[in-house]
Amino acid sequence: MKAPERYYDFQKDISGCGIFGVIHKKRGLIPGEMPISAMACMHDRGNGLGGGFAAYGIYPDHADQYCFHMMCDDDSAIENSEKMLRAYFDLHFFEPIPTRRTPAIPNPPMFNRYFVTVPEKPVNEFAELAEEDYIVAVVMKINTTIPGAFVVSSGKNMGAFKGVGFPEDIADFFRLEEYKAYIWTGHNRFPTNTPGWWGGAHPFTILNWSIVHNGEISSYGINRRYLCEHDYLCTMMTDTEVVAYELDMLIRKHGLSWEMAAKCFAPPFWDEIEKMNPENKELYTTLRATYGPGMLNGPFAILVADNTRLMGLNDRIKLRPLLVAEKDDMIFMSSEESAVREVCPELDRVWMPKAGEPVIVDLED
Amino acid sequence: MTAKRKKKTLTAKGTYYKQFNEKIRALVKEGVTDFVIKECNGQRYIATALEGNLRFDVHGVPGQDLAAFMRGPYVRIHNNAQDGVGNTMDEGRIVIEGLAGDVIGYAMRGGEIFIQGDVGYRVGIHMKAYLDHQPKIVIGGKAGDFLGEYMAGGIILLLGMFSGKPDAPVAGRSLGTGMHGGVIYVRGEVPEGQLGPGLHAQPCDSEDLKVIEELAKDYANELKLDSKEIMSENFVKIRPFSHRPYANLYVPC
Repeated sequence: MKAPERYYDFQKDISGCGIFGVIHKKRGLIPGEMPISAMACMHDRGNGLGGGFAAYGIYPDHADQYCFHMMCDDDSAIENSEKMLRAYFDLHFFEPIPTRRTPAIPNPPMFNRYFVTVPEKPVNEFAELAEEDYIVAVVMKINTTIPGAFVVSSGKNMGAFKGVGFPEDIADFFRLEEYKAYIWTGHNRFPTNTPGWWGGAHPFTILNWSIVHNGEISSYGINRRYLCEHDYLCTMMTDTEVVAYELDMLIRKHGLSWEMAAKCFAPPFWDEIEKMNPENKELYTTLRATYGPGMLNGPFAILVADNTRLMGLNDRIKLRPLLVAEKDDMIFMSSEESAVREVCPELDRVWMPKAGEPVIVDLED
Repeated sequence: MTAKRKKKTLTAKGTYYKQFNEKIRALVKEGVTDFVIKECNGQRYIATALEGNLRFDVHGVPGQDLAAFMRGPYVRIHNNAQDGVGNTMDEGRIVIEGLAGDVIGYAMRGGEIFIQGDVGYRVGIHMKAYLDHQPKIVIGGKAGDFLGEYMAGGIILLLGMFSGKPDAPVAGRSLGTGMHGGVIYVRGEVPEGQLGPGLHAQPCDSEDLKVIEELAKDYANELKLDSKEIMSENFVKIRPFSHRPYANLYVPC
């Protein structure tokens, strides 16, 4: 077959996703404009099919309650999810998540937030579970049994805001300039092989965990089956979701350190393990043997956060860009340096971390 | 050649890359030769696919694919650069006064890229040469993994001198993986384990040193460094074992 005439001469979007994160080590509150401007600077890394942000420290008045950000397609989804939240939790306060109409975001779903705690003596099928497992179980139940209702985030003093659109338009829709947080992450999506729908935008979250990801997780199938065996059910139809649940399982449930969880995601090569001292050799061999199905194969640069930490990690051959920068008490992690310079022109230090080596930044308190 | 130069200063701040590059191209057509670009931040494709005797002084951090497919111009970045600088460039010179990201000089076919600091992963991947078109990359700092991967021609000179990573090896793992032409010179030693398969590091002979010295002089001159200091250490060269190491990979001949 002959190639069409001037087959090379066409317009196309050349892109990858874009990620940005910032943490203030002394819990200084960073206005929403910062992550919004940084993401807008990387506008062309996405194509308008997904944008989102995670923010920590935004609900200080309800800091002890779990905040469920709910995304619902219609009134019956709202009614049914609310019924379920009331059935499983003590509900302290709820309200619509403030949004504004913007021409860039047509036909958005509806968003509400519910501040809840686990009842002292719950009477239901999850009654035996520890508190955080109880939360996870209800999240899974809502996502899998209530049509049109999805939990966008379920942590304390944090929330995720995401949808279909460029990140700056999603921020406009959610009025994110009205929030202040000590950790922000942001994402600009260029979906490659899964649908560009509202639930598929990043961040993905569970409890306090959130993740934004540039790349694709080719091991999604095996990761998903592995998580399914541990009662984590994937419902967002895209690869990155597995990372949120793996973080919860590896770090919270299995008690691994963040460093070790990062080494499960991006393990050292066998030839590197071969050269290690006996102690490390045994450690990394065991880690690979135990968590093989949790390994993330494929290109990734990810930013992971919870209420006290921000972590950046690349796949072990660094198939996606990631840069770290410091300015006083703030640490930035970004796909591009320009995004950081956009919001903080003068930086103390800029570097690109080594593939497979996590960069972990803690709050100082 | 003393062709008349025409200078123009542009401020990139807040301008989308498309409009900004359209403006540059229009000015080139009008005869502007020397551009000073101020407050550049993230604009992609600066100087991409431009030809001839032009000069760009870029202040700020330019975006991806700076000077891609470029044939001839001189580009100086007074700050750090991002990924994909000099992608498939043909001719000209790029000088980066800071560090640079991944895939610098991807499939480069001619010209020079001089970087003062560290570079990311896969720098010089797929570089190639033909007759007198010999692309050259000089890296003042250290390099990430896969430097010179699939390299088919040209020269990479890795100095490891001006690095922000004191503990890192001069180059990451899989150095020169799949390389079947060209040469990588490294100042000092390279741990054998960093090399990709089918490669070895050998001492440089006098011919090599002549090439390195000339390149180092050029490099030092551009970045106001001391070329004697650069030459004060031994160099090793990395080349494939044989002329065509992968000739028998699929179809034995």
